[in-house]
Amino acid sequence: MGSPRAGQEAFATNMKILVALKQVPVRDSSLHIDSSQKWIDEEDLSFEVNEPDAYALEAALLLKDKHGGEVIVLCAGPDRTAPSIREALAKGADRAIHIACDDLRELDTLSLAHRLAAAIQAEKPDLVLTGLQSDDLGLGQTGVVIAEILGIPHATIIMEVEKRDRHVRVKRELEDGWFQWVTMPLPALLTIQSGISKLRYATLMGIKKAKTKEIRRIEASDLGPPRRSSVSLDRVYLPPKKKAAHLISGSPAEAAARLTEILKHEVRVI
Amino acid sequence: MTGVLVILEYRGTWSRLSWEALAAATELARETQQPLIAAVAAGPDDEVAAEMATKSLQRGIVARHELLKQYTVDGFTIALEQLVRKLDPAYVVLPHTYQVRDFAPRLAAKFDQMLIADAIGLRFEDGRPVWVRQLLQGKLNADYRHSGEGPCFVSIQAGAFRTDSLTGGATEIETFTPELAASQVRMKPEAPFRASEQTVDLASAPLIVSVGRGIKEKDNIPVVEELAQALGAELGASRPICDNGWLPMERQVGSSGQTVSPKLYLAVGISGAIQHLVGMKGSKTVIAINKDENAPIFDVADYGIVGDLFEVVPALTAAVKKVRLA
Repeated sequence: MGSPRAGQEAFATNMKILVALKQVPVRDSSLHIDSSQKWIDEEDLSFEVNEPDAYALEAALLLKDKHGGEVIVLCAGPDRTAPSIREALAKGADRAIHIACDDLRELDTLSLAHRLAAAIQAEKPDLVLTGLQSDDLGLGQTGVVIAEILGIPHATIIMEVEKRDRHVRVKRELEDGWFQWVTMPLPALLTIQSGISKLRYATLMGIKKAKTKEIRRIEASDLGPPRRSSVSLDRVYLPPKKKAAHLISGSPAEAAARLTEILKHEVRVI
Repeated sequence: MTGVLVILEYRGTWSRLSWEALAAATELARETQQPLIAAVAAGPDDEVAAEMATKSLQRGIVARHELLKQYTVDGFTIALEQLVRKLDPAYVVLPHTYQVRDFAPRLAAKFDQMLIADAIGLRFEDGRPVWVRQLLQGKLNADYRHSGEGPCFVSIQAGAFRTDSLTGGATEIETFTPELAASQVRMKPEAPFRASEQTVDLASAPLIVSVGRGIKEKDNIPVVEELAQALGAELGASRPICDNGWLPMERQVGSSGQTVSPKLYLAVGISGAIQHLVGMKGSKTVIAINKDENAPIFDVADYGIVGDLFEVVPALTAAVKKVRLA
């Protein structure tokens, strides 16, 4: 597991980078709990690439711009993932792997990570990138667990990636505005922080080219049976209101005048 | 398999979140009637035992090794795996810090477990713990239950458990020496650093007006800047604003930026992602202006205006100026 690729000389110049993307409900969607009370109703939702994963793709494309090599995107999910995969190809990824499955909500992180790792292993990439966490479940561990399954080193919450000979030197974000550079050998897995650079848009040419790029479909069942979950999600519900904010109504001018009174007489800051 | 093991964090100083994780572990140990064990990974000379000894624990353990002086994923994962195997606890509780996020999923995976990450609450049903997590950026809560065999790994969010319930004790501290060789550690860390000299000190600012995604574009920042000026407040921001380079990173409030506790925190166009809330919920008075009445920021706000910031903020700036001049 996780043995370096054959032909070490080749990867000193050309890195094979695999980016794992997840689709999540579009930010600011209005959400409704479904009848099972275990998830949200996905029927009327639109989906987009998880924001940190979009930055992981951007980090991969920046490395490719600079050093050449190949960028492969990997996405597990139902057919609705197709536009997100095509978008990644249009932005500059070379090819894609789609693990077709509609049982994602029944899988825990370990099961999903095993499924993704099985597909990744077949590609033997030098570098695996993904976002630091998903905007829906927010567990922040799929990438780390994949690294453990593959037996390769990893680092999380990465702001910058520098490619060295057979290593990467990466800038980790720590708490309270601190950072740290860490160097580790390839192959390695990195989870990328949102906002590390500006995201590129797909160009018209890119969109055209994407149509000819390979999207390989793998049936999830070909990657082994799902594992028994170690953790179950029993129920989702609206968070209880912790504190009822006193809401000030009226026109903008009326509300502003009332709030100014509060700032003067109650908060006493003017 | 019995006991609650809480893994504390020491990085030259104690991570404050360690004691919140200890509070959660104490509650868990009490309710499940299991012994409470605290452990920390440290270098040979780190002075950690004295502080641990003052806590009320069944056992306190320092995993000491030259290779644990500086944090690495491999060093910590290998050492803590050995400790967890030796103690064979039913639960492993950790503070949800950036360091824990880095190694704990990997540690849990070694036991074929998924980490219940970033728990905000704990309750008991039939004597068994139910962990509460937030989903979809705080819009929903979810109940999680451990169902597998093997230890249950949980990390605890900042601010979720109060440390004032902790009682003192006199615990004898043991040393655990993991088997660890430099050749097993693949990461070479450099010294941590701060991005730049800080020119604003939000942490001590009495008044902060903070701006978020709702401002839409850089050119709109002055709308909020003028309100801050009128109030004599410092300008703060949520993460996306600083990521976009619209304001310098030193103005960022939240888990990756500054932790603030001003007399007034006025949040404009900030929905209140948890990473932001942990940085400002110590504020004395919180006022939120946001177009979405369901935004989590209103859960921590004392006063709120639901409306278009581009209408409300200029009106507020004008009203404040008027009062100031009067």
